[in-house]
Amino acid sequence: MKAFLILEDGTVFEGIHIGADREVVSEIVFNTSMAGYLEVLTDPSYAGQAVCMTYPLIGNYGVCREDMESRRPWPDGLIVRELSRIPSNFRCDMTIQQFLEENDVPGIAGIDTRALTKLLREKGTMNGMITTDAHYRMDEVLPRLKAYTTGRVVELVTCKEPYTLHGAAALSDNGPISGSARFDREAYEKGVREKKPSMVRALNGRGLKVALLDLGAKDNIARSLAARGCDVTVYPAGTKAQEIIEGGFDGVMLSNGPGDPKECPEVIAEIRRLYDADLTIFAICLGHQLMALAAGADTYKMKYGHRGGNHPVKDLATGRVYISSQNHGYVVDADRLDASVAVPAFVNVNDGTNEGLSYTGKNIFTVQFHPEACPGPQDSGDLFDRFIGMMKEVRHA
Amino acid sequence: MPKNPNVKRVLVIGSGPIVIGQAAEFDYAGTQACRSLKEEGMEVILVNSNPATIMTDGDIADKVYIEPLTTSVIEEIILKEKPDSLLPNMGGQAGLNLGMELDESGFLKAHGVTLLGTTAATIKKAEDRLEFKETMEKIGEPCAPSLVVENIEDGVAFAAQIGYPVVLRPAYTLGGSGGGIAHNRAELEEILANGLRLSRVGQVLVERCIAGWKEIEYEVMRDSAGNCITVCNMENIDPVGVHTGDSIVVAPSQTLSDKEYQMLRSSALNIINELGITGGCNVQFALHPTSFEYCVIEVNPRVSRSSALASKATGYPIAKVAAKIALGYTLDEIKNAITGKTYASFEPTLDYCVVKIPRLPFDKFITAKRTLTTQMKATGEVMSICNNFEGALMKAIRSLEQHVDCLRSYDFSALTKEELIDRMKIVDDQRIYLIAEAVRKGIDYDTIHEITMVDVWFIDKIAILTEMEAALEKGPLTVELLREAKRLEFPDNVIARLTGRTEEEVRQMRYDNGIVAAFKMVDTCAAEFAASTPYYYSVFGSETEAVETHPKKKVLVLGSGPIRIGQGIEFDYCSVHATWAFAKEGYETVIINNNPETVSTDFDIADKLYFEPLTPEDVENIVRVEHPDGAVVQFGGQTAIKLTESLMKMGVPILGTKAEDVDAAEDRELFDRILEETQIPRAAGGTVYTAEEAKEVANRLGYPVLVRPSYVLGGQGMQIAISDQEIEEFMAVINRYEQDHPILVDKYLQGKELEVDAVCDGTDILIPGIMEHIERTGVHSGDSISVYPAPTVSDKVKETIADYSARLARALHVVGLINIQFIAMDDEVYVIEVNPRSSRTVPYISKVTGIPIVDLATQVIIGRKIRDLGYEPGLQPAADYYAIKMPVFSFEKIRGAEISLGPEMKSTGECLGIAKTFNEALYKAFLGAGVNLPKHKQMIITVKDADKGEAIEVARRFEKLGYIIYATRSTAAALNEAGVKARKVNKIQQESPTVMDLILGHKIDLVIDTPTQGRDKNRDGFLIRRTAIETGVNCITAMDTAAALVTSLENAASQGRMTLTDIATIAKSRAHKG
Repeated sequence: MKAFLILEDGTVFEGIHIGADREVVSEIVFNTSMAGYLEVLTDPSYAGQAVCMTYPLIGNYGVCREDMESRRPWPDGLIVRELSRIPSNFRCDMTIQQFLEENDVPGIAGIDTRALTKLLREKGTMNGMITTDAHYRMDEVLPRLKAYTTGRVVELVTCKEPYTLHGAAALSDNGPISGSARFDREAYEKGVREKKPSMVRALNGRGLKVALLDLGAKDNIARSLAARGCDVTVYPAGTKAQEIIEGGFDGVMLSNGPGDPKECPEVIAEIRRLYDADLTIFAICLGHQLMALAAGADTYKMKYGHRGGNHPVKDLATGRVYISSQNHGYVVDADRLDASVAVPAFVNVNDGTNEGLSYTGKNIFTVQFHPEACPGPQDSGDLFDRFIGMMKEVRHA
Repeated sequence: MPKNPNVKRVLVIGSGPIVIGQAAEFDYAGTQACRSLKEEGMEVILVNSNPATIMTDGDIADKVYIEPLTTSVIEEIILKEKPDSLLPNMGGQAGLNLGMELDESGFLKAHGVTLLGTTAATIKKAEDRLEFKETMEKIGEPCAPSLVVENIEDGVAFAAQIGYPVVLRPAYTLGGSGGGIAHNRAELEEILANGLRLSRVGQVLVERCIAGWKEIEYEVMRDSAGNCITVCNMENIDPVGVHTGDSIVVAPSQTLSDKEYQMLRSSALNIINELGITGGCNVQFALHPTSFEYCVIEVNPRVSRSSALASKATGYPIAKVAAKIALGYTLDEIKNAITGKTYASFEPTLDYCVVKIPRLPFDKFITAKRTLTTQMKATGEVMSICNNFEGALMKAIRSLEQHVDCLRSYDFSALTKEELIDRMKIVDDQRIYLIAEAVRKGIDYDTIHEITMVDVWFIDKIAILTEMEAALEKGPLTVELLREAKRLEFPDNVIARLTGRTEEEVRQMRYDNGIVAAFKMVDTCAAEFAASTPYYYSVFGSETEAVETHPKKKVLVLGSGPIRIGQGIEFDYCSVHATWAFAKEGYETVIINNNPETVSTDFDIADKLYFEPLTPEDVENIVRVEHPDGAVVQFGGQTAIKLTESLMKMGVPILGTKAEDVDAAEDRELFDRILEETQIPRAAGGTVYTAEEAKEVANRLGYPVLVRPSYVLGGQGMQIAISDQEIEEFMAVINRYEQDHPILVDKYLQGKELEVDAVCDGTDILIPGIMEHIERTGVHSGDSISVYPAPTVSDKVKETIADYSARLARALHVVGLINIQFIAMDDEVYVIEVNPRSSRTVPYISKVTGIPIVDLATQVIIGRKIRDLGYEPGLQPAADYYAIKMPVFSFEKIRGAEISLGPEMKSTGECLGIAKTFNEALYKAFLGAGVNLPKHKQMIITVKDADKGEAIEVARRFEKLGYIIYATRSTAAALNEAGVKARKVNKIQQESPTVMDLILGHKIDLVIDTPTQGRDKNRDGFLIRRTAIETGVNCITAMDTAAALVTSLENAASQGRMTLTDIATIAKSRAHKG
């Protein structure tokens, strides 16, 4: 079946329909990761957006459910050049086509994704519609596209009830250390598969309690802390600061999440209380932006954002550069930052935008990129260790 | 970190002659590094024994030494030039080994020279099998269970412990020489014994066989501050077991989930960090196909073939960045040259798919085994880019120029299912065609996967292509079907063949329906940032990004495709220099090529680069976008020449010598007419199509005769026949492929062979010099030792050659380059052949005479006259030194290849010896080619009857040098009779000790074995030669070569310190005179 992607500037791409059979209006963004489409699809930060993968061959290894970053896919639509006819991977549970249909996600394939990407790069992020209706009327569609906003999507994606993830009691709970798994012919012949390898080599966080405010969290944030031994309690975004302050936690983790940070005034107010309570706080992405807003800084919308797994960020304290996983359309305005509140800790090497803040006189540091990776490079995973170190220091002080 | 202020004079070591496993990629890397260093204001001193390279030009480095790559030569250069630093990691394994040796001996420290880039300690950690394993264990990175052994007993014991099959990898060898997989004890003993001999340190690694696992590579960069990035990863379609250089490789990986991708990426970063590499590095992994288990196969702490491929696949200039890192810069200080906005500290992301296919030399060595192993056999490779895998594969296949254009090009349809299944078990270069046939026959994916271990994803992609073949065959050819076939990059001629139409009809149908190629940009960033570098690839069904530009006159330069025997790096040298010369004259330049190893496909050589197959259809797609004012074909070897007619049909004027004149040189009848007009003699001959006709001509002329196809490279298929029977055999070989042109049969004349490369402006001719071959006619010119200036011919012969050259060039209306080969018998000169185009010897003669002939040819092509360029026409005065070009072979890599020299070219590369005296130049040339004698002072001589007289003289001279001579029965008798003491040895079938036992006993320096005239059918001779080569013994198959070698050794005995010649000064002093 034919499908159409109509952009708010009137551009139309014709392709073939994939996934659920329904029309959708959304904000169109692109992601440049070459692998990790399932992690992208299940990242709650994409709520309210339809994502175009710039890598042209998608679905090659199918869907491995254990790689999902949340319980379901969040993008309103998926835009690809080509979906693989068959998946090939030893862990594959289903094809991506099945996954999209099962989860009611519509999409379009067979379009010139590079041309679309160039358009978004030049004109900035645009709204668009994916439809199979060949008789669309542009004069009706365009006003709908222009009117669309992602809105208050955090409410949509956050968990409904708090829950706790217990920290690993032994290193072996995390599976074998990366690559040390030994090939076992007998197990192989029986079809037993090696567990996913672990990325941690020490349980530095044993005995620490962390509250994670779920603003649309990717599962690997909690998992990264639990794998290091921390007990992690995940709270819905609407949780009052008081509850967390009284919870006896060693630290608070503010997660990633979707949408315009300024659409979350209530959350910002609660985060301000956490800030005032002098807690140890680490924040990622939306959490980083909300903390900045709570502390009086400003954010703005970028032309087309950063979405991919290849962005260099520089740690200003050490001069070291990390390749990071990124997914954001808004950024903290570092030019108008009060140094008595916070100073830049990380900067994007490509465009100089802010990638992290260190809060003056507080035990708080926040990053715009994703140390939890998934998808993308694991280079900055030691930031979780840094957070654990900060919590331990407070404990031992 | 800013650059290190103490670095001002840098010595760069190149990789030497082109051999299998160490090819043009190091000219690309070295050239890029030198330019990058010069950009930073460094003075660059370069040493490389290979004169065909671009890096050994005076405009790439400040001082250029084309000298043998030995420690003593480099020590001399250091003493003379006093560099403060040495950059060893651009010259492949050869360069790295030299850097290590100089560091280990303390020479560098004693002379205040710092090793730049990676340190010697790091190199040792990465290269020494034992240290590497220990390091990996320390950081928890797994290696396959393995043991380094120094003798056979330990190897046998360890293999018994870990179980067969086991893989054997000798330490410090090129392209895995001497390695292999042993399935049982007998095989183990054989391969191990050989590997121990070839290893520089007498060590071989015995390890668990992980054949069949996925082979994944990462290209990693690290700076001195510890910042790391991966440039790209690559997946080998051929799983572990086939050397990555012989595998079909795709970038990025296709069948890895993010978990696997990142697991291996993190591992690669861990490894480069632990090793402390600064610069580029290649990490190879084996990944178990159905688990997360992986093993580190090896690490190359330097730029490599893979890094050249990764650079071209992503647009990230690894060698350039590595050179800057060596100077002290960090990744975040180096700009990304493609975008001009981002920095080197980011990871390229692709929005296309890249396929590399090796160019294997089995068309040259028809007796060789086609099987692929862990020992690399490919001489070159092609790369293609498309936005779908099927298209990239189809484009790569037709880029090979091996009579293949689709998955049907090898016909296995006659095989039954069972036969196919058996045949697929053999791992060779035809495997993808077999898989395609298996799919057509309905063998299920799982069965194919179990046999080949090729991932089912790739098998399905091959199936998509075979389904399209079937759909096209079945018809009808609808517009939609055509559109889809083109998306999958089916060329028009294949569609025509499958649908029973003409190619013209298919093309017309495409144009009528707007199905045309679009061009996309390689920009390192998947369009996230605007890129300013026009580096393009074609796709169908997309919008085009290439814009036609009209700032100035535009010239299309056609490259020479993959490196193969007979068409090597020399033609890339010519293409690049022509491009630079056109640019200097104000032209906009456009290069089309498909070879990822070369300088010409670097994105900043031409104004625009199209990375595309060199077929008429692919070229036409580009012509339709660019509308060039003209094309030059005379610099790109046969690949470019073959496109002449098509370009003219497209309406693109051919610049320089006209197509009909090129034809006149190749077409026997036209050429005979020209020779008659110009009154130049040649060997009598005729043109034929069939064996019957050939025999008739041969008998009329009298044997021996030379048989060869016209329009070929490097004498491909050329043979000397001595009987009707041989004529039949050779004609059958030539006619395996349909011949568009007649076959030539000429009287074989044995005399001195001479050669000139010249520039002609239509009237005047400039001949830089005459080259004389040491081997008499009968040995291909590319395999002969070539001496400039010609040492033994009379002035009369030289005058005659100059005169004939001028007459021929004028008669053929040559505008640009011309190469002519002559035979001189006494004072009579005959012409052998004329090529109105660039030749293999162009870079060599340009460098040793200091006359930039490609540059001059380019200026002539755009209308200038030789006299206006500051040169007096005619033969230029000879130099006051000798420059000798020595062929270099890779026979040890190709099991079963016949090594004896003949009219068909077999060498893969060359090196130069340059000195004031002939003898020293000859000595240097042999040394550069790796002939470093004497060692044991024992040799074997076994020659055919006709050579016995000369053999006596040569043997006498060897005897005088203290050599003990062994000889087979009749040779020994002849020698002893002449008073040369020779010990008789038995032939192979006779009782021990035989000639084979002697060779295998490792006490032999040299074997002189001249095969009987024509093709050697004597298995003995073949076996002796193969055994010698495979055990690392020098083997000479022509008496002239043997005589030259003994001259060189006599000289070595009396030789003091070697003299050094700076090539850059030759060019400069010539420029002053000019």
